Amino acid sequence: MSVRDSLARSLHGRLDDVQGDAGYGDPAEHPPRMGFFTDTSVCIGCKACEVACKEWNEVPDDGYALSGMSYDNTQALGASTWRHVAFVEKPLHPTTTDLGLPGMGPPGWDTHESGLPRAAPAGADQATESGGANDDAGVRWLMSSDVCKHCTHAGCLDVCPTGSLFRTEFGTVVVQPDICNGCGYCVSACPYGVIDLRKEDGRAFKCTLCYDRLKEGQTPACAQACPTESIQFGEVDELRERADQRLAELHEKGVDVARLYGRDPEDGVGGDGAFFLLLDEPEVYGLPPDPVVPTRDIADMWKHVGAAALTLVGLGVASFVSSAGRRR
Amino acid sequence: MRGEQSMVPEADVQPFESYYGKQIIKTPTWKTPDVPLYLFLGGLAGSSALLAEGAALSGNTTLERFTRLVAAGGAGAGTVCLVHDLGRPERFLNMLRVLKITSPLSVGSFILAPFSALSSAAAASQVTGRLPVLGRLAGVGTALFGPPLVTYTAALISNTAVPAWHTARRELPFVFAGSGAAAAGGLAMLALPVRAGTPAHRMALAGAALEVGAVATMEHRLGMVAEPYQQGGSGRLMRIARGCTVAAAALTVVGRRSRLLRAVAGASYVAGSVVTRFGIFEAGLASARDPKYTVVPQRERLRARQEARAEPA
Ligand code: SF4
Ligand code: SF4
Repeated sequence: MSVRDSLARSLHGRLDDVQGDAGYGDPAEHPPRMGFFTDTSVCIGCKACEVACKEWNEVPDDGYALSGMSYDNTQALGASTWRHVAFVEKPLHPTTTDLGLPGMGPPGWDTHESGLPRAAPAGADQATESGGANDDAGVRWLMSSDVCKHCTHAGCLDVCPTGSLFRTEFGTVVVQPDICNGCGYCVSACPYGVIDLRKEDGRAFKCTLCYDRLKEGQTPACAQACPTESIQFGEVDELRERADQRLAELHEKGVDVARLYGRDPEDGVGGDGAFFLLLDEPEVYGLPPDPVVPTRDIADMWKHVGAAALTLVGLGVASFVSSAGRRR
Repeated sequence: MRGEQSMVPEADVQPFESYYGKQIIKTPTWKTPDVPLYLFLGGLAGSSALLAEGAALSGNTTLERFTRLVAAGGAGAGTVCLVHDLGRPERFLNMLRVLKITSPLSVGSFILAPFSALSSAAAASQVTGRLPVLGRLAGVGTALFGPPLVTYTAALISNTAVPAWHTARRELPFVFAGSGAAAAGGLAMLALPVRAGTPAHRMALAGAALEVGAVATMEHRLGMVAEPYQQGGSGRLMRIARGCTVAAAALTVVGRRSRLLRAVAGASYVAGSVVTRFGIFEAGLASARDPKYTVVPQRERLRARQEARAEPA
């Protein structure tokens, strides 16, 4: 990429032709943007996606530690975890203070069926079938298969100094391991905490949205393995329509807690290529509520870097001017 | 905000939700001491190049000779730190495959590389007395690349999702400029006699003022995201750094003519500059590890946006 290209590129905001912006020409000259719509309301937490991803991509193990916090022993996305199924056990009526009274659930949780159930989510498969308003423990289960968002404006890609990270013809974001020098800049620049360095290897790794399979016209391994169609793969435009329909459907059924995450092309990263339907606030699933690509502010940063450099020059000049004056 | 030990919840503690308290963004993989040391060495080398050029123009050979060596040495040592930090050091040169303005590390490589080459040439010519004209030209070039070398590292860490760094993007370049000037001036004060080191002492004093002022502005503007700069281990480093810098400035003013006090002040400036970089670095890591610094400001932003939408003009 030449300097001119990188200057002409769009840094934030809405961008309808991601591939065109990355130099793939008119929409007619490249395949449509592909992505995932993960509908967490039907996720059963089976982790088939995690396993299928590991198998297909030959991702090494990421340790066999038990987290002790829930059924989630994977815990987070990382260099060797490209799909991660989050397991949220959430009290229906969280109390604000722990009075230390004996109860049936973990301390701090109101175990009584008092008060109104939070937006009794009838119709949301997860909320009703896997422990909803009628559950004795008053615990609500939320499961969600997380993945790299393949951002429209990807922080990781923007900062990569070697050109190892690149935008594919499908609009996805992929690392080329033969170029990566393990500088780790992408790790700090991802607003979602997705990409990481593999310690033993030294280089950065993350979901490729099965670039190899896409080139063969196949579905990514995770989406293919998902038994409930929680993970849906397709053209981003079409997935967005599907997501809107599903959201309307759930709202109609009274599942007011349903919301889309990463669907909005006007958000801080220009919308995600892999977006979600969630049943609670994003941070409950370990997702940032309002992510912004750091590079949105790059012009502001360079301006201040320049001003500070000039200040330093002024300071240097002054140090000599006054001493010259003194000597005379 | 010294009440980090307090067990009583403060009234203004904002509640926030998270996934079992786990962090959202990744902790930067950059290593200590490699990266904070690089931030320091870049500041020292770049500011020394400026001193060297001023010394050359004003005929201060003692100062010129010393600062040229510091510029070249600092750039060399800084490059070693940077390469050592890579997961694949043998691929360092891949940095020069592309130039991307969206990547301060990429831009920085194109500042560091010419700075290193020019500063080495200038220093070599100075020491050997060979090719003085070319050496002088190399010195001018070094001085041109010096100030950007000092301040670009602020963009390097600000252009991340790390809350304590990204939010401080406007002040950090000035903190680094001041800190770099204090280090370069301080080191020259430590090594050189009072007379030859006079411009250095002025530069250090002005740099110290800039640094302390910029840090204060930053902490004020950052709100709750400033906590890592004030609390815990990183907060302690920031306080030590400020202590060193302020003490050095006081000594500079008091001990104008004493060679010994000058040297002590110089050492204290350098220490303050080093510790500032470690403090800022650690504050960033601390802000990445706690989901609070990711969630609360973003929630705040969302709420402000919703409110703005709720009351149309
Ligand atoms: S989610 Fe992170 S790793 Fe994935 S494309 Fe966006 S910035 Fe890059
Ligand atoms: S670690 Fe590799 S992929 Fe990530 S920014 Fe550095 S060179 Fe690029």
